[in-house]
Amino acid sequence: MKVDEATVRHVARLARIKVTEKEAKSLQKELSAILDWVEQLGEVDTAGVEPMTRVEAMALKKREDKVTDGGIPDLIVKNAPLTEDYFFLVPKVVE
Amino acid sequence: MSDLTGLTLAEARDRLKKKEITARELTEAHLAAIEAANPALNAYILPTPEKALDMAKASDARLAKGKGLPLDGLPIGIKDLFCTRDVRSTACSAILGDFSPVYESTVTQNLWDAGAVMLGKLNMDEFAMGSSNETSHFEPCINPWRAKGSEKPLVPGGSSGGSAAAVAAHLALAATGTDTGGSIRQPAALTGTVGIKPTYGRCSRWGIVAFASSLDQAGPITRTVRDAAIMLRHMASHDPKDSTSADKPVPDYEKALGKAVKGLKIGVPKEYRIDGMSAEIDALWERGIGWFRDAGAEIVEISLPHTKYALPAYYIVAPAEASSNLARYDGVRYGARVNGRDIIDMYEETRSHGFGAEVKRRVLIGTYVLSAGYYDAYYIKAQKVRTLIQRDFEEAFETVDAILAPATPSPAFAIGEKSGDPIEMYLNDIFTVTVNMAGLPGISVPAGVSEDGLPLGLQIIGRPFDEETVLRSAQLIEDAAGVFPAPEPWWASARPVAPKKQKSPVKKKAKASPKA
Repeated sequence: MKVDEATVRHVARLARIKVTEKEAKSLQKELSAILDWVEQLGEVDTAGVEPMTRVEAMALKKREDKVTDGGIPDLIVKNAPLTEDYFFLVPKVVE
Repeated sequence: MSDLTGLTLAEARDRLKKKEITARELTEAHLAAIEAANPALNAYILPTPEKALDMAKASDARLAKGKGLPLDGLPIGIKDLFCTRDVRSTACSAILGDFSPVYESTVTQNLWDAGAVMLGKLNMDEFAMGSSNETSHFEPCINPWRAKGSEKPLVPGGSSGGSAAAVAAHLALAATGTDTGGSIRQPAALTGTVGIKPTYGRCSRWGIVAFASSLDQAGPITRTVRDAAIMLRHMASHDPKDSTSADKPVPDYEKALGKAVKGLKIGVPKEYRIDGMSAEIDALWERGIGWFRDAGAEIVEISLPHTKYALPAYYIVAPAEASSNLARYDGVRYGARVNGRDIIDMYEETRSHGFGAEVKRRVLIGTYVLSAGYYDAYYIKAQKVRTLIQRDFEEAFETVDAILAPATPSPAFAIGEKSGDPIEMYLNDIFTVTVNMAGLPGISVPAGVSEDGLPLGLQIIGRPFDEETVLRSAQLIEDAAGVFPAPEPWWASARPVAPKKQKSPVKKKAKASPKA
């Protein structure tokens, strides 16, 4: 599977990672090599095989739908790079 | 290495109970050892001496009253992937900046509830992505072991490289690690320590920075099998905060160690005899088989036909889940932010500066395989292959009680030796990754040394939630291999191997105007 530079840029955009031209070129090679290598899975006959979901069958736990935590706004914003009145601040999104 | 830091966890526990030593003495000895060795080894990225001494004081008070907790006063190190309350936790990534969690991971909370003392946070590959500890934002950790007659710095393995190096160099009695594709077992094998990855679901993942959620599992790195049993018992628990954690009682693993292996059926998978495996690993494996045979176990050749597909399937599943898990690092709620022209540019700048090369590579691979039109061909295909890998093991475990295999294809390699080729680095996990794919318990135990005098490990793989048979079989290897040598403490007089280069700092506090 050969990945071209445009695909690298598209995927980087989807992943919200800015890549330089130099990075895009080396990533193109590395991604192609890794995808080539995983191609060998094509040899495995997986017809009628279910995708794995868990190690041992176990039912997903449920709990009562009630609030069990909260009331800690100071802690919620404690590690944020930029806040005001308990809001996370980001660059303007809507004019 | 003083007498106190040379104790095993079990010996230290027993001597504390008998009041022959105090938690303070034991902790101070470890803090002094860290101070002396860390400039050369870089195992700890954040020692926490004040916290350690406070915790030791509390332990001594309990021990004096005869009310000691199971791990009271035992100093341990914590991999930086675990969130620790009010102690910087970064997963060794620049993107987390000075993140200081306001909560404690369940595993570490369990350890503190049992009285353990925290010495500090340990080095690791960034976001646990690596097999050499070279992708750490805080510079590589150096293996305390060196080849005979050489001063060349070697990798301690990864991603739990700091954990393994700290335990091997007697800078902690034990350490926590995590294992997504081999990140506990491979560094344990490369440093002559014991590392167990329990069954998926045995330890809570809550508060551990997520890498690949369907594979990640915590476990201990120690110097003996008994110490691994003790640590695991106090790390494992059912946790309502992790819906994948197993609601099963945690056995007293230490009790399983006394049981003989006579009559056990030990499987030897023929597919693990790969091309290019070094002769000394092959010889080590044969020696291991002999030990089990001599102890009255029955050796059975088994087949795990999908073994060769485990690693390529892993390199779809793990990056896919990582790309999803790492989407949260966007410079808004925590961690470092780099400003941009607009919000998208801010995200892209933040992630571009905050993530290292290997993390970017994996996030992009993951994003690619999950992108429109490729999901079935890659992720679903890989998860189907996983089912086949799991079935291979299920069939084998109809006949055998445990499986014996090498832990790694080679001993520790040099810093920089494999960092140029991602796939060559990935091949380090060839014997460990199948176990994660099937969710099984696996342990690496020191079993011998290479021609160059470097540690080599053997691996035992068990049935789901049968850590007891895994540990009991590992004990046989430890007993047969004899007392494992400690590395020469060359670091006592060494200067730092590589001068720390200044990283371009990622600003934590953005300077954007509040109205932006």
